[in-house]
Amino acid sequence: MNIKKILPQLLTLLAVILIFGFFSYNAQVNMENRGITFGYGFLSQESSFDVQFSLIEYDGSHSYFRAYLVGLLNTILVSVIGIFFATIIGVVVGIARLSNNYLINRTAAVYVEFFRNIPLLLQIFFWYFAALRALPLPQDTEPMFGVFFLTIKGFFVPAFVWNNLDIFIYSIIAAIITIIFVRIYARKKQENEGIQTPVLSISIGLLIILPFLSFLFGGVDASVEVPVIKQLSQSGFTYEGGIKLPPELISLALALSLYTATFIAECVRAGVQGVSKGQKEAAASIGLTPNQVLKLVVMPQALRIIIPPTTNQYLNLTKNSSLAAAIAYPDLVLVFAGTALMQTGRAIEIVSITMLTYLSLSISISIFMNWYNKKIAIKEK
Amino acid sequence: MNKLNFLQPDKNNLNTYLYTGVILVAFSIFIVFLNSFFNKDIVSFLPGPISFFLPLILGFIGLHLIRIDYSGLRFLDSINKNINTNNFNAFLSLIIVFVVIKSLPPLLSWFIIDANIAGDSKDVCTGSGACWTYIKIWFNRFMYGMYPNPEQWRINLSFIALAFLGTIGFFATEKFKKYLTLYYVVVYPLIAFFFIFFFISGGPIFFDFSYGIIAAVISIIIGFFIPSKFKMYYFIIVPITLYILLKYVFFYEELIELGKLEALEWVETGAWGGLSLTFIVSFFCLIFCFPIGLFLSLGRRSDFPIIKYISIGMIEFWRGVPLITVLFMSSVMFPMFLPEDMFIDKLVRVIIAISLFEAAYVAEVIRGGLQALPRGQYDAAKSLGMGYWKMHILVILPQALKLVIPGIANTFLALVKDTPLIFVVGLLEIVGMLNLAKTNPEWLGFAMEGYVFASVLFFIICYAMSKYSYNLEQKYKTER
Repeated sequence: MNIKKILPQLLTLLAVILIFGFFSYNAQVNMENRGITFGYGFLSQESSFDVQFSLIEYDGSHSYFRAYLVGLLNTILVSVIGIFFATIIGVVVGIARLSNNYLINRTAAVYVEFFRNIPLLLQIFFWYFAALRALPLPQDTEPMFGVFFLTIKGFFVPAFVWNNLDIFIYSIIAAIITIIFVRIYARKKQENEGIQTPVLSISIGLLIILPFLSFLFGGVDASVEVPVIKQLSQSGFTYEGGIKLPPELISLALALSLYTATFIAECVRAGVQGVSKGQKEAAASIGLTPNQVLKLVVMPQALRIIIPPTTNQYLNLTKNSSLAAAIAYPDLVLVFAGTALMQTGRAIEIVSITMLTYLSLSISISIFMNWYNKKIAIKEK
Repeated sequence: MNKLNFLQPDKNNLNTYLYTGVILVAFSIFIVFLNSFFNKDIVSFLPGPISFFLPLILGFIGLHLIRIDYSGLRFLDSINKNINTNNFNAFLSLIIVFVVIKSLPPLLSWFIIDANIAGDSKDVCTGSGACWTYIKIWFNRFMYGMYPNPEQWRINLSFIALAFLGTIGFFATEKFKKYLTLYYVVVYPLIAFFFIFFFISGGPIFFDFSYGIIAAVISIIIGFFIPSKFKMYYFIIVPITLYILLKYVFFYEELIELGKLEALEWVETGAWGGLSLTFIVSFFCLIFCFPIGLFLSLGRRSDFPIIKYISIGMIEFWRGVPLITVLFMSSVMFPMFLPEDMFIDKLVRVIIAISLFEAAYVAEVIRGGLQALPRGQYDAAKSLGMGYWKMHILVILPQALKLVIPGIANTFLALVKDTPLIFVVGLLEIVGMLNLAKTNPEWLGFAMEGYVFASVLFFIICYAMSKYSYNLEQKYKTER
């Protein structure tokens, strides 16, 4: 150990400690001057503000902690919807980018270049303030397929009304467990005897038959509740029944998925292009059919390249969903770091909780990704 | 005459197939064209669904007929190869062509034919198209924000001067080429800062910084004469001492008076806005985030455990949180961390926040480049007797940075696209100005025009940046 090694470290440490000390000292003085005491006790106090869209029961009489949960759930909801559609669009466009059809290829390229070079916030504003404002009023709306109503006040879709929902869910879980066992059995059989079992058709069959049996014998019953128009006042109409998706949610999910899909498309393209041609030729030369080449040789290698950056994009989408605050979709940032902060004035506590939430989410995903990367990395001998 | 088999067109009856096919495809396109441009449906005598799908069916049959391998006609072969390889591709190509033809008239009419640009009030916008008058009237606001109209020449002059100074690199003679890096890394940012500080702002808002800048300039000049052995410690100690000396001993009040340009009216940063603010914020964040990111990435790969873990913590923290919460922090939480009497301007806080945020991403990109270098490069540099800094500056970084040009360009693009988020702290760059203009009671209902205008602007800026980075990548590409 010589001085050259220790001195820079000590200096850095000192600087960091000094900065933190300076900040925390000032924070203490400032809070004393304003008569605030630091603490997280406020979370159990009554929040006394309303949120227009919430997945769990919530009103002003609930606590701040419940408001936090409402925001968190809304963030998760829009992220899940966004991830779902972004994946579908991204994979389709990524494959279209690889097509040898010039028109398809160019169309996909134009889409990617266009949507990823425009700021996400601008896209959200465009959908919310310009595109969705052009939709008809509830009373003028033509139903789509008779049951969906796309209006300026939101998207009204029919809701399912279930009897004995739990039995239905149990049947699906049972089907999934059976499929896992079938897979293990099929793999063993192939290793021992070389005979392939049609796992896919068995799985699909199981997934259909078991829930169907639950309808027949389990007393499960589902009916559909179609939204019905209702007059509120002279010119005010709305729909009742069914599920209402507010326009904020729609425009946010639309913008997030269209924007993120461009990045996922590039990941997919890079992944498929990353599999060397020799692999495909080698697979074809040992007599695999084109479908088998895709399933057994190309996809496993391409997925190894595609999955890590795509997970990163999912993470980005989740973080970007915080832009919801700009169009008043009640997500974590708007409900908690916005309204709750304005009411309590506890900047440090609330901003730290919000940041910690996002931080723990992204760190847990990156730990998982590190583990996954290690697991799938090619083991060279 | 050979036997015709319409299910399997072959070369023997090339002309028959070709003419029938081309006529069918042309007819199908003609139907769609008439339908979309002249609103005329010439096949309306057929029952509904058939007349709707007729162009698709005709075109599909036509494309099937002209799908003849090795026909010997160059044009036909290239069509078959590029858009007509099989039934599925033919179907998709047709759909794309039809959608384009169908969507052209409404787009054209909205953008150009039914649009209005004349006049200077809302009344001229009577057509069903876009109202570009709105953009024309608000153009100044979209470019300069609330910056007072008579003073806008200051922004123009600064930007023109900076753009000119930025292109000096292309005109430099061989003799000056070696100073270009120094110019772009140190001198140019300083000039830019002075332009923006003295010219655009015109006042002593964040004047404290100018002590720091003077201290930095003096210490860099002295730095050339210091033996390289002590340089690292010198650059930590001397600027800080100089800063303190300058601020508290030599010029306590005098320099502030010296720095003021009396002729220029002071414009507070709250009034800055529009596209020029987008440029200012992105410019400074670009300049600051690169060196910070560089040091963080070196720190993360350092052998010193304390430095390594501090760097890891910094990087993971900034990468883990959304930018909007960082800006929230800078606007509501950060003032709590400062002494009562100390006030940092909103714009400066935003620039610091975005720079730190993007620096973490830059750090990860550069780390990728550092990891991609083979160990041999490090060993070779060490065996020549180079120290840590010499090794990195002369051997490692030039190669590593070359590898990560696309990644850094992507980060910079993300930065430019993130600037609209500064609306969180109440600064209105172009997207913020659009939202302000759209709520103006005199100009309600023109949101679409504004967003289209801004989208086009951003698309041009970002697309140009990505093309430039691609060129740069090609220019510095070396075969390994």
